[in-house]
Amino acid sequence: MLGNMINKGRIKSPWVVHFDCGSCNGCDIEVLACLTPIYDIERFGIINVGNPKHADVLLVTGTVNQRNKHVLKNIYDQMPGPKAVIAIGACGCTGGVFREAYNVVGGVDKVIPVDVYVPGCPARPEAIIDGVVAALEKVKTLLGMTA
Amino acid sequence: MARTILPFGPQHPVLPEPLHLKLTIEDETVVEALPTLGYVHRGLEKLCEVRDFNQMIQIVERVCGICSCLHALCYCEGVEQIMGVEVPRRAKYLRTIWGELHRIHSHLLWLGLFADAFGFESLFMQFWRVRERVMDIMEATCGNRVVVSVNVIGGVRRDLSPEQCQWIEEQLAVSEKEIKQLSDTILSDYTVKKRTVGKGVLTKEQAYQLGAVGPMLRGSGWAQDARQTGYAAFGELGFDPIVEYDGDSYARCAVRFRETLQAIDIVRLAIARLPAGETAANVSGAMEDDTPKPVSAGERRDIMQAYNRDKRHRLAAAPPPNLDLPAGLVAAKVKGKPDGEAVTRVEQPRGELMYYLKGNGSKNMERVRIRTPTFANIPPLLAMLPGCELADVPVIVLSIDPCISCTER
Repeated sequence: MLGNMINKGRIKSPWVVHFDCGSCNGCDIEVLACLTPIYDIERFGIINVGNPKHADVLLVTGTVNQRNKHVLKNIYDQMPGPKAVIAIGACGCTGGVFREAYNVVGGVDKVIPVDVYVPGCPARPEAIIDGVVAALEKVKTLLGMTA
Repeated sequence: MARTILPFGPQHPVLPEPLHLKLTIEDETVVEALPTLGYVHRGLEKLCEVRDFNQMIQIVERVCGICSCLHALCYCEGVEQIMGVEVPRRAKYLRTIWGELHRIHSHLLWLGLFADAFGFESLFMQFWRVRERVMDIMEATCGNRVVVSVNVIGGVRRDLSPEQCQWIEEQLAVSEKEIKQLSDTILSDYTVKKRTVGKGVLTKEQAYQLGAVGPMLRGSGWAQDARQTGYAAFGELGFDPIVEYDGDSYARCAVRFRETLQAIDIVRLAIARLPAGETAANVSGAMEDDTPKPVSAGERRDIMQAYNRDKRHRLAAAPPPNLDLPAGLVAAKVKGKPDGEAVTRVEQPRGELMYYLKGNGSKNMERVRIRTPTFANIPPLLAMLPGCELADVPVIVLSIDPCISCTER
């Protein structure tokens, strides 16, 4: 009973934490633009939090490099389950235009499991919102809530 | 007094980017700040060995997504200088227009983030609401919101029709009104001033000695701006930098606020003076072999219509009157490969940006060296932090408008 209520709450208000993992800022400002009046993701109950321990969904923008892969892993490990990871932008998905650079490991999925890929350079705010909604479906499956 | 070392970043709510500062604090006062960099380093200067000099435009645009247009502008001007290409006057004006639109969006973005840094969230929302109008202009004229990708070697990839120019002017008039409505809050509100006036003071001498650039330098009383050198159309449009004298966070905020309004005026001026008639004379159908061909007008209309159907749910501003983007490539013909070296300077929203380019006659550049404004502004930041309260650290860090992805590339 209580578990059901908690699960319902999780789906209705996913809290996201955003980590810039070597992005060019293009996707970061689009993630921030999602919060602002025109796109306003708070109407879906999505809140951007600063602490990974409070978050359900991890938004990662940019390529992973040799230095920040540990930080990314650390943030992912700090998040309580059930959790979903969204890789945003061409860089987050595959490494993008930087895939040949010497310090770039590649997409986010080289380090942590990714549930949803949002392509685009940079990804549009609509696409990012769509990505979060798609990630929620994954969380629903994890919780065994699919009808 | 016992000292504590407090990590600030790399993942911090106030910073959209991973900057790590090791703050040594005594009680609530910061004694020492040590930056740790490298979280965003990709090594893209070295990519010039893999990508040819045309493809490098796409790479340098992604040095920083916020001021991408100005990175490409600086790079293209350098290559043009090496190859002796004369850019059409109209292309110069168009570059100025998009460059200044980028400045408006970047400054509005910063003003919002700055408001967020001292906890004024509704002001953050207001500035970003106004910013969306500028993003709409970029999307309507270039097809992308953030990375507009208009610069090519020899000119620009897009043209502006008279209807579009008029629409841009209308949109900017509304934006200007909305920005001015916010001036009372950001510049004279008691609570805002309490958090910004006298915080992070950089004296005129310090600013010079530590090599500050951009609004940091102008906020400390130096009238220096790379736009005075007359790149793009600034040689013809003329330019007077905006200067404030107090050198604190408030002065830097005021510089950026007034520069936003100034940039709107520059766009207006450039649109009013946009040289006509040169387009047809100087347009070349194709650039070098592997440059993508411009999309045909019909294709673009279909794309825009499909896209417009898509975002009908949005509570956005009125759509531009003519969705049929002019397919014009306003550029001089470019032949050959760059051979030689050049240094170019451009004023980014954050300060002076410098490119050193060296070509060796092959299709790859031999060296692309980028010196970004935030790199120059970090030493002044480290001088400002000791002695401040811990609660003021986010305000002072943001007052330099840090762009870490520029700095680390």
